[in-house]
Amino acid sequence: MLGRLSWDAIPFNEPLPLATGAVLAIVIVAVLILITVKGWWPYLWREWLTSVDHKRIGVMYVTLGLVMLLRGYSDAIMMRTQQAIAVGSAQGYLPPEHYNQIFSAHGTIMIFFVAMPLVIGLMNFAVPLQLGVRDVAFPVLNSVSLWLTATGALLINMSLVIGNFARTGWMGYPPLSELAFSPDVGVDYYLWSLQISGVGTLLTGINFVTTILKMRAPGMTYFRMPVFCWTALAANLLIVAAFPVLTATFVMLLLDRYLGMHFFTNDGGGNQMMYVNLFWAWGHPEVYILILPAFGIYSEVVATFSGKGLFSYRSMVWATLGICILSFMVWLHHFFTMGAGANVNAFFGIMSSIIAVPTGVKVFNWLFTMFRGRIVFTTPMLFAVGFIVTFVIGGLTGVLLAVPPVDFVLHNSAFLVAHFHNVIIGGVVFGVLAGINYWFPKAFGFTLDERLGHASFWCWLFGFYLAFMPLYWLGLLGMTRRLEHIPDPTWQPLLLVAEGGAILIFCGILCQIAQLYVSIRARKQHLDSTGDPWNGRTLEWATASPPPPYNFAVLPKVESIDAFWHMKHEGRASDEHAYEAIEMPRNSPAGFITAFFAVVMGFSLIWHIWWLALLGFLAAATMVLIAGWSTEREDEISAAEVARMERGRLGHRA
Amino acid sequence: MSDIHAPAPDRTPGVEEHESTASYLTYSVGLALAIVTTAASFIVAQTGLLWAPGIPVGLTVLALAQIGIHLVFFLHLGSGADSTNNILALAFGVLIVFLVIAGSIWIVANLHDNMMPMPPQ
Amino acid sequence: MTPAIQESASPLPFGLMHEHGGGPASKRIVVAYGFWIFILGDMVMFSALFAAYAVLSGNTAGGPTAAELFNLPNVFIETMCLLVSSYTCGLGVLSAERRRLLPFFAFAALTFVLGSVFLIIEAREFAGMVEKGAGPSRSGFLSAFFTLVGTHGAHVTAGLIALVYLVIQVIAKGLQAAVLRRLLCWSLFWHALDIVWVGVFTLVYLMGVRH
Repeated sequence: MLGRLSWDAIPFNEPLPLATGAVLAIVIVAVLILITVKGWWPYLWREWLTSVDHKRIGVMYVTLGLVMLLRGYSDAIMMRTQQAIAVGSAQGYLPPEHYNQIFSAHGTIMIFFVAMPLVIGLMNFAVPLQLGVRDVAFPVLNSVSLWLTATGALLINMSLVIGNFARTGWMGYPPLSELAFSPDVGVDYYLWSLQISGVGTLLTGINFVTTILKMRAPGMTYFRMPVFCWTALAANLLIVAAFPVLTATFVMLLLDRYLGMHFFTNDGGGNQMMYVNLFWAWGHPEVYILILPAFGIYSEVVATFSGKGLFSYRSMVWATLGICILSFMVWLHHFFTMGAGANVNAFFGIMSSIIAVPTGVKVFNWLFTMFRGRIVFTTPMLFAVGFIVTFVIGGLTGVLLAVPPVDFVLHNSAFLVAHFHNVIIGGVVFGVLAGINYWFPKAFGFTLDERLGHASFWCWLFGFYLAFMPLYWLGLLGMTRRLEHIPDPTWQPLLLVAEGGAILIFCGILCQIAQLYVSIRARKQHLDSTGDPWNGRTLEWATASPPPPYNFAVLPKVESIDAFWHMKHEGRASDEHAYEAIEMPRNSPAGFITAFFAVVMGFSLIWHIWWLALLGFLAAATMVLIAGWSTEREDEISAAEVARMERGRLGHRA
Repeated sequence: MSDIHAPAPDRTPGVEEHESTASYLTYSVGLALAIVTTAASFIVAQTGLLWAPGIPVGLTVLALAQIGIHLVFFLHLGSGADSTNNILALAFGVLIVFLVIAGSIWIVANLHDNMMPMPPQ
Repeated sequence: MTPAIQESASPLPFGLMHEHGGGPASKRIVVAYGFWIFILGDMVMFSALFAAYAVLSGNTAGGPTAAELFNLPNVFIETMCLLVSSYTCGLGVLSAERRRLLPFFAFAALTFVLGSVFLIIEAREFAGMVEKGAGPSRSGFLSAFFTLVGTHGAHVTAGLIALVYLVIQVIAKGLQAAVLRRLLCWSLFWHALDIVWVGVFTLVYLMGVRH
């Protein structure tokens, strides 16, 4: 009746997950009770859960990412602590079966449920505004994407208290991930969670490619688009190109596990190396999906806070497109040591070195933008400058690793771990934090506290260096990744320094939580009444903060790059217009309901509750058919209503 | 984002004035060409008409021809003012498909060559 | 780069303007392009399955090989069915665009029948192979075969279900703009499946029997 689900699934005899689960359950129930008691459900349902507004969806994505950051970071601190104390005869506090789940969950959560939602959330919020249009191409699909991502996040978190997670690492290599060696639900949680959220991500890719290529304000030719939109385009092209490969790869592993096929098994003619090959054919573009939008954010931030247009817009665009194409030609560098011959390794090694060139072009462009600019060190700008220094180091170690003979020594060592955290934290995380600080006033109408923002930056910066520079050295000394017990006691001092760094980063996170709290309390003192708190250059700053649902009452006519900057300087920024009625897409429960049934289906498939899985699938499919039936999907906002909203906002302008 | 304008009586709603509509002729020509090339594939594969080592190449060429016929005659790629984006997207897709398939075959073949020889079983 | 845009005669803020620097494109263009991108993504997914098949096609694990299993005359019939169904699909779309309901229904029905014949032949082929002990769990080659060809078959199945769904929509709502857009998308999907099949019958069946 219930497949292989039983009371044994709950970790009654493991205090840590049990306690965590209990706390989480209490918090969730408390929040639900609070919402019910305060009567917030109608508001939440109407304004958030069924919203198809890209701004709301963006905020929800970012919220999801930040909440999951807490979970992913807890895993990180647990690992750091274990490695700091489990030296020599000490065994630490985490047995290997738990430690393996923790590093697997850490990687999976940080990539798929922290970095991706944060990046996608910021693209969701800013791209339509920057393009000068009202929403993305497919608003209902946008909502579906968000909620399917949340489904994946929910499933992974359920693995903490019902069953267990994969012990294979975040890549899930066979044969370890095959039934023979991982017979329990862990790998199934991993696979279904990522397959379901992968559908959401793919839909986002389609949505944004279409939006950026087919929906821009009048006059906005390709070479007048903000650079963030170019990087968003490149990233979403990569999503469309890469995620289907991951989908196919996971399908094959799922078929091995569920129907006894032999894609990657030891017996029956399976080929495990094919998994590694296909996984990284997705995996390398994935990291560029993460970093390209971050590069775009830096371009916006550096230009705005240097008071200068971005240096060499065109070379930025070509560099972005170059990175986009090249990112699909380097993937073997993730498995140089798997046994390919010298010519194959050399080809991919050279391509991996070449891809550093357009990135270098971008770095120089940012530096030249700052040169002779009038720099204001706001929190976003601090993160941008911190990024430039940190990412260059990380990039250099990447080029080092791109040399196959070097990689033969350093593959899967702590050096590798340091490299990828260097570029992800220095690149993606700093970029997202800059973007959040930069666009927060646009989203919510008030700025974030600068002092706490600065404090969080310094904690993150120094915390990162303390946590990861020792790991470079340890890698060179011979320490591998994923060690649950440290064999060499001379490594302990460096691991203790790393632990200190982790704690410092945690202080940075605390500063950010405090920053949110303090800013919300003091919001009336920090209102953004002009809509343009940073003297911005791009069109999102031409709207009110927060923008009305339709973004622009009249789509702006674009005549150059940095359209808003030129509008301001030609005195065109706040023209009065004759307003017309605007049609906006109606809210839709399709996303939320489909995702709900996707949770049911995913959970049932994991636990082999076949009848419930079928029901969940049919219910989700029915929801899709229902959503695909309607042809009236828009509501009209009357001209009078538009005029009222616009005049209310224009009255705010000094 | 909506078709607020009323459709002209003799024109399909949403069709741009400058968009070329396909005709029965286009589809019929496409079908005829596709049947010929498909039959050719089967003939090439099954008979000795083509020099044996050249058969995989011949089949590949015929397959590409069939795909091209589909793209031009059935999917109308190349006609219409907004085709550039479609063709660029197709080119990108073709590049990715090529990289995934050719790359995987090259890599895995190389790995296979470097595998230890199996002892006779 | 582009000269200043021409002002459109349309007074609407979203008006039908030329889309290169002319403002957002019309819904029909946006929907068709989005679906085209989806299809390209689907093609990439198939390419990963093709790659897996190419790599595993020799891994017969001592079991049956392609030459022993594949029935080429059947494959030819399947191919013709799918190809002609692509043709009838195109004619159906033409009829719909010209608001000719009866021809549309006729072509839709023909497309459905041809697609179903394809599926029946394929299902019988699979069942026959499983009976012979050549099911997907026999070897890596067979896993890859069943998954690649079966995924294509699943797409065809989904397409036929969607066709029925859309025909019902036409009956219920007539050929209004939104319904026509969906038919257009469906036809894109159906043609794309025929393109994938070209790859399948060439690389899997025709080249497979010569292994």
